[in-house]
Amino acid sequence: MAEATVEVDVDKCVGGGQCVLAAPDLFDQSDDDGTVILLRQPEAGEVGEAERAARLCPASAITVHGA
Amino acid sequence: MSTPTQPLPVDPLPMDPMPFPAARECPFNPPTRQTELRETCPVVPIELFDGTPAWLVTRYDDFKAVMGDPRFSSKQMWRFSGSANRQAAEKAETSFTVMDPPEHGQYRRLVTRYFTIKRVATLRPWIEQIVDAAIDALLARESRTADLVADFALPIASQTMCRLVGVPYDDHEWYEERAEARSQMNGDPEVAAQAFRDLLAYMDGLITAKQDAPGDDIISLVATELVATGELDRDMAVAILRLLLTAGHETTATMIATGTFVLLTHPDQLAEIKTDRTLLPGAIEELLRYISMLFILIRTATEDLPVGDQLVRKGEGVIVGPALANKDPRAFEDPDRFDIHRDNRHHVAFGFGPHQCLGQPVARLELGIVFDRLFDRIPTLQLAVDPAEVPMKQTNLVGVGALPVTW
Repeated sequence: MAEATVEVDVDKCVGGGQCVLAAPDLFDQSDDDGTVILLRQPEAGEVGEAERAARLCPASAITVHGA
Repeated sequence: MSTPTQPLPVDPLPMDPMPFPAARECPFNPPTRQTELRETCPVVPIELFDGTPAWLVTRYDDFKAVMGDPRFSSKQMWRFSGSANRQAAEKAETSFTVMDPPEHGQYRRLVTRYFTIKRVATLRPWIEQIVDAAIDALLARESRTADLVADFALPIASQTMCRLVGVPYDDHEWYEERAEARSQMNGDPEVAAQAFRDLLAYMDGLITAKQDAPGDDIISLVATELVATGELDRDMAVAILRLLLTAGHETTATMIATGTFVLLTHPDQLAEIKTDRTLLPGAIEELLRYISMLFILIRTATEDLPVGDQLVRKGEGVIVGPALANKDPRAFEDPDRFDIHRDNRHHVAFGFGPHQCLGQPVARLELGIVFDRLFDRIPTLQLAVDPAEVPMKQTNLVGVGALPVTW
């Protein structure tokens, strides 16, 4: 079974930080301009929170593939 | 009736246009007629104060679709304003709030560093100090009564904004009065326009002052790191900082006071929060959803675009209402019920799309600290009047205008 992978589009990101609130183990923000930093790919039990982060992202900058 | 500023739509309308805005039966819910239309004609043709036609979006999914699509432009929002006073304020706006991507992001990104989750968390000790001092001031009142708006919510919001942005709190009466004039739904548009100009000039003066004597506040950092280096031109810096001044205090003041009103009128759930603080974050999200403070958001179609089953033509205005979206039964079960236990994280009280509220982390932090401390330190806090007698504001923010309390 393929693992779910997360992709972030930094150009779309407006630094809202909703991903950090939804999944702090997976996402951080750049100190420079607040844009998203993907810390790592989600483990099996973390796909739900990655999907939540993707839904909450106001700029639709997060995509979860293969979930 | 004045001549509409836009050509009338050429397609047959699904129904006769409805005047907008319209009076609410319950202060936190859209007018009943709009709630009915959400089921039968969810993209409603409306007529604005000056006769201009526009569309009102009533469903949650359509709210997100419009706000998430930059082909619904944020430029020239003033063309579809809710009142003459608001139009005057919106015409004067030049910050990134009236830009579209990619220009919008290029400017917004210059200040997002001050609003990251991590950075905002460092404000906690300051906000705790401000909130505790505000509660001390209430408790020192011999009358054991207060207006929670003027005597508590506004000072906390204003002082927090001052600490973060770098505006001197000594000037608070001056700038609060001008912020209020700009936000009024009904008022003299020339007063609103002058208030806006006053605030811009005030910000310009503060940039100069902070260039000479910088602190660690946003104005100082913008002045020394962005304006002095030429990375941000002066006029845009002034426009952005003015936005932070008003958005930074009017909004949180409204939520602090109005949130207190909602909690006091739902005593069972307030009791739950008092005994279990893990419920507080969810309660704050529910206050945001239930109150849906931002009255309307405005966009203009830059090409013919469908919204639901309605084709919106190029140049036509689209108005979305957070309350309409946040009370859509498709998105929230039994949506009119205030319920701190519900799964509500997907509410759109802060908007949606690239313009979603920049100050959200500050709002959540401030509300969290206020509601954590207020009811502990003043456990007998109660309304001093019947809930029906609490006046509502008449601005672009939905909320209480005054909140008479006693303890």
